[in-house]
Amino acid sequence: MATVIHTKDLAVSFDGHTPVFEGLNVAVERGEFVTVVGVSGAGKSTLLRVIADLIPPFRGSVSVDVPSDSSKRPIAMVFQAANLMPWRRVANNITLGLEELDVSAALKRKRVDWTLNLVGLEGYGDRWPYQLSGGQRQRIGIARALAVNPDILLMDEPFGALDAITRTGLQDELLHIWKETGKSILFVTHDIEEAVYLGDRVLLLGDRPGRIVEEYKIKLSRKSRRGGAAFLAQVERVKKGLQAAITASAV
Amino acid sequence: MSPAKRYFLSATGLTAFLIFWETVARSGLIEPHLLPPPSTLPATLASEAGLGIWQAMVWASLRHYTIGLLVGSILGVSLGVCVALFPMVEASQAWLARVFRPIPPLAWIPFAIIWFGISETAAAFIISIGIFWINYFTSIAAVQAVDKDLIEVARAFGHRSFFALLRKVILPGAAPGILSGLRAGLGQGWMTVVAAELFGIPGIGQRMIEASGLLASEVVVLYMFSIALLYGVSDYIFVRVQDRILEWQR
Repeated sequence: MATVIHTKDLAVSFDGHTPVFEGLNVAVERGEFVTVVGVSGAGKSTLLRVIADLIPPFRGSVSVDVPSDSSKRPIAMVFQAANLMPWRRVANNITLGLEELDVSAALKRKRVDWTLNLVGLEGYGDRWPYQLSGGQRQRIGIARALAVNPDILLMDEPFGALDAITRTGLQDELLHIWKETGKSILFVTHDIEEAVYLGDRVLLLGDRPGRIVEEYKIKLSRKSRRGGAAFLAQVERVKKGLQAAITASAV
Repeated sequence: MSPAKRYFLSATGLTAFLIFWETVARSGLIEPHLLPPPSTLPATLASEAGLGIWQAMVWASLRHYTIGLLVGSILGVSLGVCVALFPMVEASQAWLARVFRPIPPLAWIPFAIIWFGISETAAAFIISIGIFWINYFTSIAAVQAVDKDLIEVARAFGHRSFFALLRKVILPGAAPGILSGLRAGLGQGWMTVVAAELFGIPGIGQRMIEASGLLASEVVVLYMFSIALLYGVSDYIFVRVQDRILEWQR
């Protein structure tokens, strides 16, 4: 398998002295779904932001290895709050990332239809964001990311602010989209069940300094995951690992 | 409250006021030149308009007002946006604004005359000052309040240059605040029109002073209501345009 994201001894610092995390080595394989959980403050969101080139690395490097193509972006990000531009209709929110790409108007329209269909909101293109529910807004956030046809999706607690039923539905939709499109996904969450349910691999981030303290390969088939005994045992293991990391960081 | 009921009550309030005024004015308790009854207004308008004075004065004031409005609004918004965007500019203007902001527009009249003479430019200059400050401060606040997360989203989706961010996020995000400043300026402008014309520049203000000198108080009242009408119309048009621009807001 080819590695699409690779961070090498990565450190990020906001003040130029204290690193948020240090010596971070994360690799994501093509088509892989990797989830990240961790002690709060360990820099989970920061990791996504440095990979997305929104903040610079302090030390070390990030390499993103995908074929270059002027009609797509290698990486797209889904944010915790959907963060749609309220002054753009849904369709124009979805095309936000296409405006700097070499994409015809016809292809833009096609991408809007395709992504709205993928997230189950056909016919919503003309609405304003304020007319959508929280779950619908987050779906449009996902559609906006998919519209640039990225090889890699970075997702920063995208379902964290949603109610349980909406969250469960969107998790299954995301898995469906992932299988359909073959994207590589790096997904940050504070919900361990979500991490185990979605991921091929779960990375556990500890803090002081932030680093990967544990890595769990989830071998269960996704069908057997939700609620199954083996699934719950797996969740327990990750919980224990996180508990240990919190205790370690408190010392 | 239903819109119909609201309209009805608003109309009732105004009508009741006019009836009360008419009654007091006709009661004989007050000299007519101290309080002309509102029923004299149509005849006064007919006579002023018949001589062509009303049209000339309204047109002249509209000119001063429009020029002052445009200059004050454009300078206020563009400088305010710059202040909010660039910390160096913000720091440079901090004390300057503190010194000049409290000076009322009318305090500039002597300099307006020294610099521009008794001219329309002088009137427009005075009108523009109040409008400038309103737009300046509301634009600074509006740009500063733009959601930083949306700037990050735009950057994440490839809009990295300053001008792209300005056009795609900062200006649309600041638009509601900037528009409310423009609207406040629209009203502020009418408040200074009269004063700006008091020193002899033809317009509504000058005509009012003339009329009061002749104790023709019904003429004064006519022009007071003319200003109210002009303000009402311009504000109504502005709100219609604003609602179109801000269609995306709840």
